[in-house]
Amino acid sequence: MSAIILFMAGIAAIVGWWLSQQRLTAKPWLEEGVIVDLREERSSPQAAKIGLGVFLAVVGSLFALFISAYSMRMTMVDWRTLPVPPLLWFNTGVLVLSSVALQWAYIAARRDDIDGVILGLLAGGASAVTFLVGQLMAWRELSVAGYFVASNPANSFFYLITAAHGLHLMGGLVALGRTIGKVWRGVEVAQVRVSVELCAIYWHFLLLVWLVLLGMLTGWTDNFVDICRQLLS
Amino acid sequence: MVDVRFDTIAGIPPAEVGEVDLYHPRSWWTRYVFSQDAKVIAVQYSITAMAIGMVALVLSWLMRLQLGFPGTFSFIDANQYLQFITMHGMIMVIYLLTALFLGGFGNYLIPLMVGARDMVFPYVNMLSYWVYLLAVLVLASTFFVPGGPTGAGWTLYPPQAILSGTPGQDGGIILMLASLILFIIGFTMGGLNYVVTVLQARTRGMTLMRMPLTVWGIFTATVMALLAFPALFVASVMLLFDRLLGTSFFMPTLVEMGELTKYGGGSPILFQHLFWFFGHPEVYIVALPAFGIISDLISTHARKNIFGYRMMVWAIVAIGALSFIVWAHHMYVSGMHPYFGFFFATTTLIIAIPTAIKVYNWVLTLWRGDIHLTIPMLFALAFIITFVNGGLTGLFLGNVVVDVPLSDTMFVVAHFHMVMGIAPIMAVFGGIYHWYPKVTGRMLNEALGQFHFWVTFLGAYAVFFPMHYLGLLGMPRRYHDIGETAFIPASAHDLNAFMSVAALIVGFAQLVFIFNLIWSLFKGREAGGNPWRATSLEWQTPETPPGHGNWGKELPIVYRWAYDYSVPGAARDFIPQNEPPAKLSAQGAHP
Repeated sequence: MSAIILFMAGIAAIVGWWLSQQRLTAKPWLEEGVIVDLREERSSPQAAKIGLGVFLAVVGSLFALFISAYSMRMTMVDWRTLPVPPLLWFNTGVLVLSSVALQWAYIAARRDDIDGVILGLLAGGASAVTFLVGQLMAWRELSVAGYFVASNPANSFFYLITAAHGLHLMGGLVALGRTIGKVWRGVEVAQVRVSVELCAIYWHFLLLVWLVLLGMLTGWTDNFVDICRQLLS
Repeated sequence: MVDVRFDTIAGIPPAEVGEVDLYHPRSWWTRYVFSQDAKVIAVQYSITAMAIGMVALVLSWLMRLQLGFPGTFSFIDANQYLQFITMHGMIMVIYLLTALFLGGFGNYLIPLMVGARDMVFPYVNMLSYWVYLLAVLVLASTFFVPGGPTGAGWTLYPPQAILSGTPGQDGGIILMLASLILFIIGFTMGGLNYVVTVLQARTRGMTLMRMPLTVWGIFTATVMALLAFPALFVASVMLLFDRLLGTSFFMPTLVEMGELTKYGGGSPILFQHLFWFFGHPEVYIVALPAFGIISDLISTHARKNIFGYRMMVWAIVAIGALSFIVWAHHMYVSGMHPYFGFFFATTTLIIAIPTAIKVYNWVLTLWRGDIHLTIPMLFALAFIITFVNGGLTGLFLGNVVVDVPLSDTMFVVAHFHMVMGIAPIMAVFGGIYHWYPKVTGRMLNEALGQFHFWVTFLGAYAVFFPMHYLGLLGMPRRYHDIGETAFIPASAHDLNAFMSVAALIVGFAQLVFIFNLIWSLFKGREAGGNPWRATSLEWQTPETPPGHGNWGKELPIVYRWAYDYSVPGAARDFIPQNEPPAKLSAQGAHP
């Protein structure tokens, strides 16, 4: 459970930092009248952005739990690490491109460059779809080679975790599709700026999650996991 | 002080909202059924939760009939008994209490108490309810599939949960896991709303430290639930894989019906870790909203400010954080390393400190208060007593050496029913009696309420107090029939019969409560806007029940905390949160 504990410690640090700015030592029974509201002092981000942030914490905790389960299960004797299909490297590259494209769309949106926004969104969407197709092909390669979902826990985890990541990306594609639809119908750039930004943040987050998962699935992080395990046990 | 200009401030909701910004129901369907109004969603959540809760209540009757009079009722066999305990536990903990506190009370009270017009994402909020309803329907459908609902116990421990010896192995367990997954998806939608609404949609002057403790409790519980439910999600998905696809995440090599199964090498302990990483925070997900509600009820009905407000807030936050590092105290008998157990015993005892602070503060709030023994107050007092009771037996079970002999006995059942069954439901009842007048505009009937309270309170103790004793005798939980056992005397069977009769009577009192809810809706006394003379914002709405957008044309401005009761020199014994200080000084009192 070390991965989820580390993740929770990170969340606790963020929450603690935030709480420390909220005047929790105030004595509200003495403070009558209009008092300075902290939200007045600095412009606070929009509700949608905070909502996305909270959602990312939930998704992050989900993947941290998968990682925890993975690292506990892999110590059992029947674990046979599965060969990583080379296709995953291509997919990773495509996902990076997707993230870059959406970042580009976001920068274009800030400069009111509608063509750039459309191009970035479409490129981002297309490469994300390519990534998903690539993942399916990787699954196919593995099952053709005899690595079925139930034949070894390493395989089970591979299919489960890539599926969970893919489903989150598909959810993101729905939001991206709606944003593209808005731009298509000729909505002003200012009105989609937030949507584009949220999509870009979500994509970067899923890229980060994917890189961590890839490190774990390919065994790159085994040494790190061992160190963590030794620290906690 | 009052003439601060607000209109230039960014990040705070504007006082006036253009009509276009608000969600407008266009037809009867969108007003009452597919509504995006948090108040309607709250009522939908509450009714659904109570309806499925009634099913769980009937299940508890059937269990008690079997335990009290074993062998008398031919329609309850061993398999059905296991199905009853499983469904009773799962429904009560997740589909009733979690949904009612967060979906019901949360939806109704958060926007009103922080002075918002609605939740920040109303559409997602509506979806949350419909996904929850779907989860409930999927759960209820397991009663009708071949093989019936799962009988794996509410903890759904593998390997037995998905093996053929356990009832409901065909459809029951699959639908149960699917229902849990749906519930978590639905809850996440709602939870995002509650958190962002508290962070973002508070009205002017409503600082975090001016929020009523109910909002603090629900807010913290929601944050915890958002982080803890993924653990149940992961466990459910992986168990579903094991059941449907034949993977071996949790399933060890084992022989079933004389044949080696296809499973091998998995770790049941891994499931327990995941389950309890959700399961322990779940206790506080249910308890923290109850803490908050009780704080507000006690302060209002004792006409006194809450004692140690800051400590109360800090304690809520501390409990929320600590509850994530105590999960393995549910697993002392799983064969874990003893040092590991002692670590978790220590954290478990540490969590008693903030909890005890809260109890002391409630008692000190009552001290020399002008206590009105209204029905909400009676339930609040019952909550404190019951929670202390259940908390003390928790200290027993939190220690490894005491827990090991008591594990899997009725003592454990008595403990968790006291602390997270009876106590939170007391808070639920207190909250319903308290806020029903705001929701409907009418008071609940007092005489029926008195009957409901006394029968429920005394009856619950008649059921669960003797159960501790049975547990100490060594009577195991989850047994359909104890039979002739040397260490259990005949008197224990008489006690079991007595408890069963008490349980039937307590259940009957809940029917009276349901009747009261419906009867008072039409015949109850008119409540007016603020029948309890309370300070918090929800009682200051221009209309009762609160109308479209809650606040009429302008949002309220908050000038004080939520607990200005019996302020010396004030004209009345309460000062609403939105009453400006100038008014006070005009009446000749110091500000």
